[in-house]
Amino acid sequence: MREINVNEITKAVKQLYIDTNYHLAEDVKACVGQCAQKEQEPLAKEVFASMQENARIAEEGVFPICQDTGMACVFLEVGQDVHLTGGDLKDAVNEGVRQGCEEGYLRKTIVKDPFDRVNTGDSTPADIVIDIVPGEHLKVTVCAKGFGSENMSRIRMLTPGAGVSGAEDAIVEICKEAGGNPCPPIVVGVGIGGNFNKAALMAKKALLRPLGEKNADPFYGEMEQRLLERINGLNIGPQGFGGETTALAVHIISAPTHIAGLPVAVNINCHVVRHQEVIL
Amino acid sequence: MKYELTAPFTKQKLAGLKAGDTVLLTGTIYAARDAAHKRLQEMIERGETLPFDLEGAIIYYAGPTPARPGYPIGSAGPTTSGRMDPYTPLLLEQGVVATVGKGPRSEAVIDAMTRKGSVYLAAIGGAAALIAQCVKASEIVAFEELGTEAIRALEVEKLPLIVAIDGQGDSVYDGPNLHKT
Repeated sequence: MREINVNEITKAVKQLYIDTNYHLAEDVKACVGQCAQKEQEPLAKEVFASMQENARIAEEGVFPICQDTGMACVFLEVGQDVHLTGGDLKDAVNEGVRQGCEEGYLRKTIVKDPFDRVNTGDSTPADIVIDIVPGEHLKVTVCAKGFGSENMSRIRMLTPGAGVSGAEDAIVEICKEAGGNPCPPIVVGVGIGGNFNKAALMAKKALLRPLGEKNADPFYGEMEQRLLERINGLNIGPQGFGGETTALAVHIISAPTHIAGLPVAVNINCHVVRHQEVIL
Repeated sequence: MKYELTAPFTKQKLAGLKAGDTVLLTGTIYAARDAAHKRLQEMIERGETLPFDLEGAIIYYAGPTPARPGYPIGSAGPTTSGRMDPYTPLLLEQGVVATVGKGPRSEAVIDAMTRKGSVYLAAIGGAAALIAQCVKASEIVAFEELGTEAIRALEVEKLPLIVAIDGQGDSVYDGPNLHKT
């Protein structure tokens, strides 16, 4: 049994939320750099150059990468031999988001009620997902999720007859419909199987995989490659101006599902894929 | 073509702009997004005096991050324009000459634009830190209680934009292969 004070979680969430909003991860920079090389159209080239220059300016620590500093999505992987002390776990996470928002000059981006739209003033509450796993570690992942792309995310409750081709058509269709809205080039997180809520959660978790890392399952790895080629064939291009790069990557997570179902959820992210993690 | 434009400008000056042209914009633009648009529409419907003159105005769909001490503004990239589509024809009727945002617009907006000869300029979504450096001053002109969604007058210098939809309704979002699957 290991004791971890929840104050450690507050500190970690705060730091990760700030850092991810100022530092574009190396895997994203590398992928953006490779895709920039493929573009021929002047507008597409200009967009890539601006994205790269923007990341450089943000690293100076004054201006966040994007003004939409995101809904804080916090994933906690808690070892079952960990005993949390010092207070309520979710309060500790939200305190980290509050402090990060304040000290990092992040945007107050959350409203308390979907209809009255009054801002909570500190970007809380976070979306918190807790997984209990073997061991005595605690992994904290903070993802700052922008909503221009979140708004273009969709779920389709397909049925088994749709098969691989039906699922792939649905995913491409969702990306086509998103068009220039979600700040392409996009990263496409896909959850296939499970049920309605599990598919959506898998799609979000799929966005956490580093760009350039292959799917461990060759079947889904090949499916990702086919989808990436089809989505890039849409010629939506950077910012929707046309070009070779509509998506930087497609990531799939799958799970067992019901005999009657084939849920397919697509969570779209803009090129500013922001997530960082730490193991306590 | 590349243009340098200084606001305020007349629609005649915008008439020559073609979809795909790039523009460096200098002058005053008004940052307003979802909540501010809703309020402006309600005020217009009630016949109230608006907090700033829409005649000749340029509206920028943006909600910035807080300014650090010594800086006029935080990051200030564009938000998705499509969410403002339901309000835009009314604002164009009131004299708005240009809107600035990211992503495509509805047919209703494009129709209103061609009727009024206004243009839609795209800023680069996700280039918020780069754009912030073009903002030399920022002042809240209305709805301060909305926080990031308040209306701000921004003094910009050489803000890099792309003519996304011109006054004739031609659009960079209508690429020849755009609808291919």
